[in-house]
Amino acid sequence: MPIVNINVNGKLVSAEVEGRTLLVQFLRENLRLTGTHVGCDTSQCGACVVHVDGKSVKACTMLAVMADACEVTTIEGLANNGSMHPMQQAFMDNHGLQCGFCTPGMVMTALDIVNRNGNDLDDSTVRKELEGNICRCTGYHNIVKSVKAGAKTMGE
Amino acid sequence: MVENGIGVSVLRKEDKRFLIGKGNYTDDINVAGQTHAYFLRSPHGHATIESIDISAAAASAGVVAVFTGDDLAADGIGTLICGVTVTSDDGEPHRAPAHPALAQGKVNYVGDHVAIVIAETLAQAKDGAEKIAVDYGVLPAVTETARAADDDQVQIHEVAPNNMCFNWPFGDKEGVEAAFASAHKVSRLELINNRMVTNPMEPRASLGEYNTGTEEITLHVTTQNPHVHRLVLSAFNQLAPEHKLRVVGPDVGGGFGAKIFVYAEELVVGWACRKVERPVKWTGDRTEAFLADAHGRDHVATAEMAMDEDGKFLAMRVMTQANLGAYLSTFSTMVPSYLYAFLLAGQYTTPLIYSEVKAVFTNTAPVDACRGAGRPEATYLLERLVDVAARDMDLDPAEIRRRNFIPKDAFPYQTPVVQCYDSGDYVAALDKAMVLADYEGFPARATEAIARGKRRGIGLSSYVEACGIAPSAAVGQLGAGVGLWESAQVRFNPTGNVQVFTGTHSHGQGHETTFAQLVTEQLGVPFENIEVVHGDTAKTQFGMGTYGSRSLAVGGVAIAKACEKLITKGKKIAAHALEAAEGDIEFADGNFTVAGTDKAMNIGEVAFNAYVPHSYPEGLEPGFDENAFFDPLNFSFPAGTHICEVEVDTDTGVVEIVKYSAVDDFGKLVNPMIVEGQVHGGIVHGVGQALLEGCRYDSEGQLITATYMDYAMPRADNVPSFDVDYAPTDPPDNPLGVKGCGEAGAIAAPPAVINAITNALGIKHIDMPATPENVWRAAQGAA
Ligand code: FES
Ligand code: FES
Repeated sequence: MPIVNINVNGKLVSAEVEGRTLLVQFLRENLRLTGTHVGCDTSQCGACVVHVDGKSVKACTMLAVMADACEVTTIEGLANNGSMHPMQQAFMDNHGLQCGFCTPGMVMTALDIVNRNGNDLDDSTVRKELEGNICRCTGYHNIVKSVKAGAKTMGE
Repeated sequence: MVENGIGVSVLRKEDKRFLIGKGNYTDDINVAGQTHAYFLRSPHGHATIESIDISAAAASAGVVAVFTGDDLAADGIGTLICGVTVTSDDGEPHRAPAHPALAQGKVNYVGDHVAIVIAETLAQAKDGAEKIAVDYGVLPAVTETARAADDDQVQIHEVAPNNMCFNWPFGDKEGVEAAFASAHKVSRLELINNRMVTNPMEPRASLGEYNTGTEEITLHVTTQNPHVHRLVLSAFNQLAPEHKLRVVGPDVGGGFGAKIFVYAEELVVGWACRKVERPVKWTGDRTEAFLADAHGRDHVATAEMAMDEDGKFLAMRVMTQANLGAYLSTFSTMVPSYLYAFLLAGQYTTPLIYSEVKAVFTNTAPVDACRGAGRPEATYLLERLVDVAARDMDLDPAEIRRRNFIPKDAFPYQTPVVQCYDSGDYVAALDKAMVLADYEGFPARATEAIARGKRRGIGLSSYVEACGIAPSAAVGQLGAGVGLWESAQVRFNPTGNVQVFTGTHSHGQGHETTFAQLVTEQLGVPFENIEVVHGDTAKTQFGMGTYGSRSLAVGGVAIAKACEKLITKGKKIAAHALEAAEGDIEFADGNFTVAGTDKAMNIGEVAFNAYVPHSYPEGLEPGFDENAFFDPLNFSFPAGTHICEVEVDTDTGVVEIVKYSAVDDFGKLVNPMIVEGQVHGGIVHGVGQALLEGCRYDSEGQLITATYMDYAMPRADNVPSFDVDYAPTDPPDNPLGVKGCGEAGAIAAPPAVINAITNALGIKHIDMPATPENVWRAAQGAA
């Protein structure tokens, strides 16, 4: 079995994986980083979004071996010294989550939206950018608010 | 006012763990020695099983065991049940075919469970399943709701001739006929309530563990009601006696009804972990959710309204054919009957209503409650019919509603369909919604849109629903196998912090926050010192769980009652300590005070005295821990008016919702932030049904919408932000003054959206989902 070396949330991990192991399985099952979720089998829902080398990726769409020598950040890697990232805080402040299942993917996608579009976001940009993430609970209204607020705080 | 009490938009206690990736959903749990399960499912809609050969699978690498229906039967494991009886027009109970958890000689829908393969890894379990040889005798399938009972259709179950589960007439048939015969005008509409797949984002999962020492099974499962699961699995499925079965619903990623029911996978996993004496884990994938979660809606109906010359409703007649799928799921029979026909009066004074519901079996997944359950179907039918009536009478849709509303001074109002509404002010909600939506300004906006080549439409939906499920006596009379009260225990620890045990279950609703708000308001204990415990039969007392917007309206009242008991006991303890008469003790803001003095002790000190009763009232039990049950007197009746404004591109058929305004009466709001979130989510569920979602089977029973690529879920760019406001009334039948808010949006939105589209195109009707193709076709026809 191939060996991968991946930097996950700032820590180097070496592990043997089967060729067919998806990155999301590797994170959830091998590393027990269960904050990244699986909501579909067709790369449609975005519950599994993580960052690979700073870009958002659906971790169900990538094999673990493809992440060899990469830097992966998951939802568990965002909080700093016990305090939440401004984007996480914005989701809390704006009631951007209900059951919480889509939330890690939403937050990771939100950060990528900010990285690419800056800190001053309008509704339609956020809504278009969130097209790959499904939430059944919130109706998106408060997620859109959260992303805009989080983006703003990140710029301050 | 108490900080963080009732009426404050307190941020949620549960959010932090979800935001930092520390949620604890069933699939996140891993235990030593666990095996992985995979279910072999029927690839056919309808087939006999001539033989199953598991020998190659059992010998496959890593496979621990393979079981089929015979193994379950040999162990005396019971079949899956439906808990509500509906009496058919022949006086007999509904037809209830056996529903084995693993097939017995026959499969009845694609996704039906044939065998379970348990292996060291999931991949090995899947590899093993591929080696099971099943010899199927494929039969013709029944898949169309409207045609299922026709004579030319193949019969699915022996016990159900013509694939009929029940035919349930209700109401004054002759009276309605007479009213129709002499009416000034009759409006008529045929419509389909499209089948939905409920789709909570977390797929269902189960993890079974068996302790050979204590002989206890622990089942972690994606459930909205752990105690109901335990009761059913014990009493009806013989999985294990109740005291030897622990059911845990940990963090659950949305339910919307789909996780109420006791499914085959849960029973089989619970049984198999004892069989193999190792933990067994099963996590469904999304396609399995499409195949084997209970679906929702799926009605074909004809609705007629008789009116006088002023557009006053005289009588209504509704004929419905409802698809229940291949087998009866846990609550299924109740959805198209009691939860549907009893809501057909809506907000109107229609004096005579007659309904006939034919429920049929088909070779499709079982159909059961999905957010709103029966009430969205009733509301869609009624609110569409009212718009057609307005069109036939040449009245504004707002005006015809106004003329027929139950006036606010007529409450309590007995409808002709069982329900007695306790409070409401429908005109107030309509008026407020019309202002919020700028209804007056609509014609100008429509004209402006035409200049841009677009068509604008505006649609109303004035709904009422029955929540707070439910008075036990009422549901018992109707044939429910359980009572629907709720339980609570409020426990002070010796150091003064509080644990609240509730029989309800939170899977997104935020009970850990809202219920703590109730307790801080009533007992004055700081919000941060209150912990709400739910979801584990080993921790909480028996309770009925969460569905039908019942948690606050029923479960919240039980908590309030337990708090009252604590205050009563606390007065005795405080009186003793403060050397005063019990009658002189007053309680407010967490302090017991001797009236008219500054002698006081706070509730934490009282709790400490109760656990360290060195100087204590004679004869009083130690401890500061009370439980309470609440069985409501009536349902609660949230209501309101939603107004949707759309812009239709007739060249492409694309519908854009440009404005959506909701005014609801939920009674008192405990946490307005959470309530608003529930409204938003409900609306988008309803918009999904109206514009996007449609579950389809082909004529052989193949599910052709089994992924998110074929089944369109609403996404952020399909919907706008919403304008939400309230027009509350005080419900006399609810001690907390609350009504429930979880389903309103999903109930109100579909007719609001469709009424807006028909208004835009000037057409009588368009069926849901109003996809671009369907809208484009309708626009061509209308042009
Ligand atoms: S699990 Fe990756 S997109 Fe759904
Ligand atoms: S919060 Fe439940 S799916 Fe988004």
